[in-house]
Amino acid sequence: MQFTTISSPHSDRPNSVSRTMLLVILALLPGAAAMIWYFGWGILINMLLASATAIVCEAISMRLRKRPILPVVGDFSAILTALLFAVAVPPLLPWWLTVIGIAFAILLVKQMYGGLGYNPFNPAMAAYVLLLVSYPVEMTSWLPPAMLNETPLTLLQSAMVIFTGTLPGGLSWDALTMATPLDSMFTQLDQSKMVSEIMMNPLWGDFGGRGWEWVGNWYLLGGLFLIYKRVISWHIPVSMLASLLVLAMLFHFLDQEAYPFGMFHIFTGGTILGAFFIATDPVSACTTKKGQLVYGASIGLMVFVIRTWGGYPDAVAFAVLLLNMAAPTIDYYTQPRTFGHGGTS
Amino acid sequence: MSTTSYGKLIKEGLWSNNQALVALLGLCPLLAVTNTAINGLGLGIATTAVLVMSNATVSLIRNLVRPEVRLPVFVIVIASFVTAVELSMNAWFFDLYKVLGIFIPLIVTNCAIIGRAEAFASKSHLFPAIVDGLAMGLGFTCALVALGSMRELLGLGTLFSQADLMFGPIASDWTISLGDNFKGMLLAILPPGAFLGLGLMIALKNIIDSRLPKKKPAPATTSEGDLEAGTA
Repeated sequence: MQFTTISSPHSDRPNSVSRTMLLVILALLPGAAAMIWYFGWGILINMLLASATAIVCEAISMRLRKRPILPVVGDFSAILTALLFAVAVPPLLPWWLTVIGIAFAILLVKQMYGGLGYNPFNPAMAAYVLLLVSYPVEMTSWLPPAMLNETPLTLLQSAMVIFTGTLPGGLSWDALTMATPLDSMFTQLDQSKMVSEIMMNPLWGDFGGRGWEWVGNWYLLGGLFLIYKRVISWHIPVSMLASLLVLAMLFHFLDQEAYPFGMFHIFTGGTILGAFFIATDPVSACTTKKGQLVYGASIGLMVFVIRTWGGYPDAVAFAVLLLNMAAPTIDYYTQPRTFGHGGTS
Repeated sequence: MSTTSYGKLIKEGLWSNNQALVALLGLCPLLAVTNTAINGLGLGIATTAVLVMSNATVSLIRNLVRPEVRLPVFVIVIASFVTAVELSMNAWFFDLYKVLGIFIPLIVTNCAIIGRAEAFASKSHLFPAIVDGLAMGLGFTCALVALGSMRELLGLGTLFSQADLMFGPIASDWTISLGDNFKGMLLAILPPGAFLGLGLMIALKNIIDSRLPKKKPAPATTSEGDLEAGTA
C-alpha cells in the first residue's frame, strides 16, 4: 500500500481565523434553525440584534485602541460570540438586555483584555452570566416549544415584544412564557416531587424537554461536523459529556426518583451546545490534550454539581467560566514532555 | 522635611497617590461597603477621622518609639482611635453603624492607615502629618463615594438613598431616583460589581492621567532637563 509521505507542517491549507470562525458559525446553523423552528422568530431577531451590536462594539473598541477596524470585524469572532449568546438567551429577551450583554462581552470581556486570543473568559458565557445574575426574571422566561405553544407569535409580534415590551392583545407574560424544562425539573425536585411524577407532564419528550432534545440533536450534528473538519478536537466534548453522564447515571442508580437519568442531563439545557461550541473555545480552554480531558471532565462535574445542588437554572455557563479560570493551571501541570528532555526513567 | 509643600501633599492624597485608586490599599472596606453612596461616605469619613488622628499621634511619638517595636505601637494607636470612632458612631449614627457593621472595627486592618503612619507620619512633623492624613482620607472617601454612587445608580437606580441615616430626618428626601421603571443591574450591587467598578475607575483615572500631562508638564520637564544639563 502506498502511503503519502509529507513533511511537517501538515496543515492542508492556511487555517485562518475567519475560516475557522465561519466553519463554527456554519456548524451552529442547524441547531440555531431548529431553535427558530421550535421557539419562534425571537431567536432570529436576537441573533441579528446581537450581531449588529457586536460589530458596533468591535468598531468602537478598535477605534479607541487606534487599530484598523476592518480586519478585526471581518474575522467573524464577534459575530460568533453574538450568535452563541443569542441561542443561549430566552427568545423574547428585551432588546436592551441583549445590547448590554453583548457590549459587556465585547468591550469588557474581550477587547479590554487585548482582543481575540487574549480573553481569559468566554465572552458569550460571561455576558450570559452577567445577565442571569442581574436580571434573573427576564433571563428565565422561556417560550414553550412550538408543539405546546398555543399562541405562537408572528415575526412582527415578536419584534414588538422585544423592542417595545408590548404583548399582543389578550396575552400576559405568565401565559406566554414558561420555565425551561431543566429549570422546572429542579424546581419541582426541590418541592419533593418524584422524577417519574414530574415526567408525566406533556412538556417532556423521550430524554429531555420536547423540542429541546431535538435542538440538542442538531447541535450534536454541528459539533460532529466540527470534529470532522478538525476545527475542534474530540477531547473536550467527549470528556465533558462522559463525566456528566457517568455522574448522573451513578446518582440516578442510587436514587431513581431524586436524580434524573443520565441522558436527561445531556439533552436538556445547554449541555450539547456547551460541550461542542462553548467549552471548546480555543482561546479560553486548555491547550494540551491531557489538559483538555481534565478540563472537559471538570466542566461535566461542575455542570452536574451546580445543576443538582445549585440555585441557578442552568450550569453550563458557570461551569465553563469556572474552568476558564483554571485552564492556565491545568495547562501548566499537563505540559507534554518535549522529545529528548526529562521523561520518566 | 521643612520643604514639604502642603499643596503637593493634598494633590498626592486626592489624586496622584490616591490610596484606593493608585496604592490599592484598603480594598476590603472599599469593595465591601460601597453598595450605596451613603455607605461609602460614612465609612470614608470614619476612615478619614481615624487617619488624621493616628497620623497626628504617630507623628508626636515618633521620637519616643524604638524602630523595633514601631509596628505594634502604631497598631495600638490605630486600634484605640478606631474603637473611639466605633463607639461614637454607635452613639450618634446608630442606623449607619448597623449598616456598616463589621467594617467599622475592620478599619484597624485598613492598610492605608498603617501605611501612612509608617511611610509618612513617623518621619514628619505634626502639621504635615495631619494634612497628609486629611488628604489621604479625603481621597479615599472620594473613591468610596464615587464607587458607591456608580454601583447604586446601576444597581438600584437611585442616588443618596438612606441619606437620613447620616444627616438626620432632614435628608430623607435627598434621594435621587431614576424612576420606578428603571430595572437595576443586580450584579453592580453584588461583589463582582465592586471589582468591575473599581477596575473601571482605575482605568478611567489612568486615561485622564495619560491625557492630561500632554499639555502642561512637557515644557516643564524640558526646562528642568536644561537646568540639570546646565548645572552639570
